[in-house]
Amino acid sequence: MAVTGAVLVLYLVAHMLGNLKVFFGPEEINEYAAWLRTIGSPVLHHEWFLWIMRVVLLASLILHITMAAQLTARARRARPARYRHRAKVQGSYAARTMRWGGVIIALFVIYHVLDLTTGTVHPEYEHGDVYGNLAADFAPERWYVTLFYVLAVVAVGFHLRHGLVSAVQSLGLSSPQRARALHLAASAFVVVLVAGYLSVPFAVTVGLVD
Amino acid sequence: MTDTFYTLGDPIADTKAPKGPIEERWSKRKFEAKLVNPANKRKKTVIVVGTGLAGGSAGATLAELGYKVIQFCFQDSPRRAHSIAAQGGINAAKNYRNDGDSVFRLFYDTVKGGDFRARESNVYRLAEISTQIIDQCVAQGVPFAREYGGLLDNRSFGGAQVSRTFYARGQTGQQLLLGAYQALMRQVDAGNVELHPRHEMLELVMVDGRARGVVVRNLVNGEIKTYTGDAVVLATGGYGNVFYLSTNAMGSNATAIWRAHKRGALFANPCFTQIHPTCIPVSGDHQSKLTLMSESLRNDGRVWVPVKAGDDRHPNDIPEAERDYYLERIYPAFGNLVPRDIASRAAKKVCDEGRGVGPGGRGVYLDFADAIKRMGIDAVKAKYGNLFDMYERITGENPYEVPMRIYPAVHYTMGGLWVDYDLQSTIPGLFVIGEANFSDHGANRLGASALMQGLADGYFVLPNTIGDYLATNNKLGEVPAEAVAEAESRVQAQIDKLLSIDGDRTVDSFHRELGHIMWEYCGMERTEEGLRKALQLIPALREEFWRRVKVPGSADDLNQSLEKAGRVADFLELAELMCIDALHRTESCGGHFRAESQDADGEAKRDDANFSYVAAWEWTGLGEPPVLHKEALEFEYVKPSQRSYK
Amino acid sequence: MKITLRVWRQKGPEDEGRMVEYRLDDVSPDMSFLEMLDVLNEKLILEGEDPIAFDHDCREGICGMCSLVINGTPHGPEKATTTCQLHMRKFKDGDVITVEPWRAKAFPVIKDLVVDRSAFDKIIEAGGYISAPTGSAPDAHSVPVPKPAADAAFEAAECIGCGACVAACPNGSAMLFTAAKVTHLGLLPQGQPERYDRVVKMVEAHDEAGFGGCTVTGECTAACPKGIPLDTITRLNRDYLAATAGRRKKTR
Repeated sequence: MAVTGAVLVLYLVAHMLGNLKVFFGPEEINEYAAWLRTIGSPVLHHEWFLWIMRVVLLASLILHITMAAQLTARARRARPARYRHRAKVQGSYAARTMRWGGVIIALFVIYHVLDLTTGTVHPEYEHGDVYGNLAADFAPERWYVTLFYVLAVVAVGFHLRHGLVSAVQSLGLSSPQRARALHLAASAFVVVLVAGYLSVPFAVTVGLVD
Repeated sequence: MTDTFYTLGDPIADTKAPKGPIEERWSKRKFEAKLVNPANKRKKTVIVVGTGLAGGSAGATLAELGYKVIQFCFQDSPRRAHSIAAQGGINAAKNYRNDGDSVFRLFYDTVKGGDFRARESNVYRLAEISTQIIDQCVAQGVPFAREYGGLLDNRSFGGAQVSRTFYARGQTGQQLLLGAYQALMRQVDAGNVELHPRHEMLELVMVDGRARGVVVRNLVNGEIKTYTGDAVVLATGGYGNVFYLSTNAMGSNATAIWRAHKRGALFANPCFTQIHPTCIPVSGDHQSKLTLMSESLRNDGRVWVPVKAGDDRHPNDIPEAERDYYLERIYPAFGNLVPRDIASRAAKKVCDEGRGVGPGGRGVYLDFADAIKRMGIDAVKAKYGNLFDMYERITGENPYEVPMRIYPAVHYTMGGLWVDYDLQSTIPGLFVIGEANFSDHGANRLGASALMQGLADGYFVLPNTIGDYLATNNKLGEVPAEAVAEAESRVQAQIDKLLSIDGDRTVDSFHRELGHIMWEYCGMERTEEGLRKALQLIPALREEFWRRVKVPGSADDLNQSLEKAGRVADFLELAELMCIDALHRTESCGGHFRAESQDADGEAKRDDANFSYVAAWEWTGLGEPPVLHKEALEFEYVKPSQRSYK
Repeated sequence: MKITLRVWRQKGPEDEGRMVEYRLDDVSPDMSFLEMLDVLNEKLILEGEDPIAFDHDCREGICGMCSLVINGTPHGPEKATTTCQLHMRKFKDGDVITVEPWRAKAFPVIKDLVVDRSAFDKIIEAGGYISAPTGSAPDAHSVPVPKPAADAAFEAAECIGCGACVAACPNGSAMLFTAAKVTHLGLLPQGQPERYDRVVKMVEAHDEAGFGGCTVTGECTAACPKGIPLDTITRLNRDYLAATAGRRKKTR
């Protein structure tokens, strides 16, 4: 889970940085989107890099979900009888919401791809016009879409907060001396990432981008 | 004393300890002992009952040697045996501190500390083996406290004037037991030990006068089953719970040794009970057990009571001049570090004078204010933090601000089944190790010596001596079915009886009442009058028990009331023997203080002319006077002197 | 104090079990939680009912035998405290307290609140030891151990094997228990020869016993009466990866 998670996290960082291009105007982000399709050329054919990346991401995602499902099933088996009285969480909420958070994120990713990659559920999708698609998507009257995006991104934040710490521990890379630093670093990373993602719909909503 | 409480039998003697210079005896015995051929060891089955320090270490070591071991404990895992609760440490004559310690000094201190009622040969062997125990435990990964240089730390403990106590914070017993437990589990994994947790031994199986097996009850499903072998080892601990309130675990019991006693094993010095001076006082009638605070607290804490009787001011409001640091006053040389029996009795005395503190006036202060001033609160925290936390959890008081209250409680029983130098009881093939035997502590055990003895017996003594028995009794043959049936039927009969009474009093109520009698009349201070009274009360209570006890449930599932009932039934018999022993021993020595035998200062007065012997008692039937067999004690190396800690 | 108890009653492993309510009117705040149950049991016995079976022994927080989930928390509300050292002064007059057994597939209920924890013995049996047969030991001072390592080993070795970590874990995992022993022995020079073999065998035994997988939720450490730190699990993972990645084949 740690390794596949790490691949997904790297992608999230790149995606977030790309998103920020929106603040430099329609030309820059649209040009960036077009460039993505040319990475690796002329060695690679047009869009090949993109497709390789998509395959890697999809494989990571599937593995990640499969392992999560296995762990969940194992946890269910390990405790066939439930407690009648459940206490409040002692560890962290982020840790206890991994599973439901993961499901929400997965649903979101499906919607997100249909929305801004294929345009299937987008009201006025135009291939290649990233800027325009964004502006239309987060238009103020479509506040529910924006809200869904915000919730999903916050869920990603929680998921990552625990995921990062847990991954580092699963890989045996932490130590008692570094534990505090690890927690702080994970929190800081998550805050920056979430802020970066949220800045786009926020900017559209308040009219900075339209 | 003209008495019908007991009759005098033939003297008894240990025939196994070799003669000659004391430092050569153990080597000599090991050399003279017959050996079992390695190929034959696999065919020998040894039954071990109990998995504490003695039982766990014995089981592991016997299995390593190649014997087949079948081992039992009543707890759900061998790791829970009550050795785990020992706090302070373990003695060893390593002399790592270069402070004049030696095997001879540890031997000398132990014989003297035991008030000259232990065998010199045994005690010397214990001191000799002590150093190997530390080596063994370190090799197993026991995380003893260490200094910055990486070497082992030592402290002075319980009245010793040298630093020879090795420790693992306040959890030495836990760490040593886990070491033995892990060694045992390694042998379970290797298939050399067949382990049966949640099984309680209820009877000894004998063939031709030899111990050949045990009848156990599976505590989960009630099944009664017999396991047979070539020898039986009892490592079932002490019988302090006869007092109901003690520092022993709730399950600690005398059943295994008592039933072996009733089958012919002599019971030695049953009245030698150690009362530990630093326990948390009783808070009410609901109290189920007493909690020990490690004796190491006396290294830095100062014991005091108000000068005036009935002074009920808050301790912090009592000015220095109105406090009586009575141990420092009476025993200037040893101060707060006097041996356990002396500290305990002194506490009782000041409380009897009406100067006790806390609820019921049964407590004295153990004050760390000076230590905190001298060492700083952080140093005190580092040294005693976990003990202070435990005190606060139980009492709800903060010992960093308010002096602790302590009071003596029953802690350890020096008495137990009589064994020879080979640790074999008077029943051939029945070996008894650890606290369960009458051991090497004489009339009083020194601090940090119980762990030493348990591990010495289990790791080093028994595995060497049992071979001699197994080698000389090579053709024991099958255990006849009649012997098994007879033992099992006795067990079944008692269970049926207990379940059928259906009276109107709980087992605990009888146990509590027995405890009151014992604490009152056979506790810290014993008198002829009191003991005679106890000897009337106990049989009466026993009779009532068998008439009025109510044991709910059935025999074929987990029935904790039934387990308790069997144990209390045995305590009701053992208590009587303890009182008889205490009554017959008209001297004071170690943990046995007879009010009639004290000097002008109120100090215990031994009577070497008449009582320099081990009292080994023979069972003759319920309510029948037991037979006393005396084992004379000879002191060649440490000449008896009146202990003086002034 | 007046206390209402809701206690899990289950006649045996096959019984379905149910919560049963009991009332106690005269509870002293100085009683321990188990002493309060003793009082209730005395009452039940005299009323002709079956007393509540629960495991307990030393009653001083070290044997690890006591094991109750109190109001959803193993060993109850007080941090770093076993049930036997939990006192009624931590509750309020009129409280309703729920008492359940440890719940895990690897810890089947035997009766009422008593569970079978022999799975823990299996994990230790698999490798939770240092092979040092009696008599084979060199002098204790022949191998110095740096104090920080000795202290950290001790901290992990404090585990009392009660099973609260499993009871608390949403995954029903015993990783903290396993990791505590791996850490204790793995930090000491004496434990090095078997270090990588040990971790693999113990983790295998852990999984075989039917415990769940660890997702580092930290519930275990919060419930642990001895406060065994979560980073023991990190250490276990590190050793496990090193062992299974083949890098340590030579030492295995």
